[in-house]
Amino acid sequence: MNWSPSATQKVRKLRAGMLQDIRAFFFEQDVLEVDTPALSKAGNTDPYIQSFRFDNSLSSRYLHTSPEYSMKRLLAAGSGDIYQICKVWREGESGNNHNPEFTLLEWYRVGFSYQQLMQEVASLLLQLLPSLKKDSQICSYEQLFLEKFKINPHIASKETLANCVSENINGLSADSLDKQAMLDALLTHCIEPDFDKSCLTFVFDYPASQSALAQIREQADYSVAERFEVYIGSIELGNGYQEEVDYQRNKLILHSENLMRKKCNLETVTEDFLFLEASRKGIPRSAGVAIGLDRVLMCISGEKSIQKVINFPWDQA
Amino acid sequence: MASYNTSEFKSGLKFIMDGDPYTIVENEFVKPGKGQAFNRVRIRNLKTGRVIDKTWKSGEKVEAADVMEVDMEYLYEDGEFWYFMEPTTFEQHAAGETAIADVKHWLKPQEKYIITLWNGTPLSATPPNFVELKITECDPGVQGNTAQGATKPATVETGAQIKVPLFVEEGEVVKIDTRTGEYLSRVKEG
Repeated sequence: MNWSPSATQKVRKLRAGMLQDIRAFFFEQDVLEVDTPALSKAGNTDPYIQSFRFDNSLSSRYLHTSPEYSMKRLLAAGSGDIYQICKVWREGESGNNHNPEFTLLEWYRVGFSYQQLMQEVASLLLQLLPSLKKDSQICSYEQLFLEKFKINPHIASKETLANCVSENINGLSADSLDKQAMLDALLTHCIEPDFDKSCLTFVFDYPASQSALAQIREQADYSVAERFEVYIGSIELGNGYQEEVDYQRNKLILHSENLMRKKCNLETVTEDFLFLEASRKGIPRSAGVAIGLDRVLMCISGEKSIQKVINFPWDQA
Repeated sequence: MASYNTSEFKSGLKFIMDGDPYTIVENEFVKPGKGQAFNRVRIRNLKTGRVIDKTWKSGEKVEAADVMEVDMEYLYEDGEFWYFMEPTTFEQHAAGETAIADVKHWLKPQEKYIITLWNGTPLSATPPNFVELKITECDPGVQGNTAQGATKPATVETGAQIKVPLFVEEGEVVKIDTRTGEYLSRVKEG
């Protein structure tokens, strides 16, 4: 039986230093640290994220997969700019860059556009990782696919994508994949590995089908989700949105995510009625982002697996 | 039929695909910020030894293979089959030529091998990392010559061809690393 921690004392000190730097950064920006529940009556409906659920004779609760819903209730209550550092849980996500329990930094900026938030993400991460080049790569999702495959991901047909998958990914059958899964496969297998390890890479404006709770911008030919992701090399560190603040839209999103769950033979999840109620009252226009701090710590410490920066990773917890 | 979900994937897991038994060499979980997760897996066909890359959507299942690794003692061959015995039960297993092809030249009676069984039939054999074998054929030794790197060809009792230092004599027993086929040292016989 291995009782001893998987992370070294050096990494523990780097983690403590990182948390201190983050708090100092937000203190300086006048962003308020907040705290919300980990166990809630409602769960994340996103069909690609699975919550841990606990049942006893009195109630059923979900462990949060991010503090998104409850932080938005704070925004609706007039909290202004807020951030939170907390543990979150996602069932089944295990690997070199994934531990089912991990530490998330999530923050919301009232009145910010998602471009402004990208700037702020860059300045925080460059402060935590001073050896990175100051200039970031900033590229739209569309540009990435056009450059790599000469395919416009927003309008490409299922056949075009299926051909692209079978030409470029060995040992993956496109038959069982829908359009989004094919785009995800091409992105994770063929595009992300090319990202520069010496600077931040921002990808923005995702297909509308992958909007989650981000705002959708209508364009002439197709619409895009106002979302961004930030990487160092192929390691994805965070995910930001121009937040959808419209009540009807939010209600529709949660509902359609649950319909998608049924279609995929997944258990449906109690939709967060308290978040929706707050959204009806009015969430201010804002941009928000979540950063995986264990992965940031991997970059700070140079450790190659997430298990090396967590004292007691999943198998030893 | 027993099956494994992709979330159970790890190195060494044995499963069936297209009728052949495979083992997982390397498993990587990849997932975009929002969207479909995948398991990118390097797998080895246990019949042919071929290693290929394969990607599954996370959550998909594969059929478990009834594959076991058992320590066995090598007994003898009759030209068609190579016979191994489980030392505790004395149960004998006959391995065909393809199963022992890679280790044919390292098979020494009474030595222990790891035999991979699929549905009870030997699929492959792994020799111990180090074996001690008698030189059956080589040029006469040059005494006092211990120059680094100077070698000559030699044949050992199991038929393997190896390179040995110039001072080694026919009839001597030498220690060999079966993973590289390299000579390690002479073994003093008691």
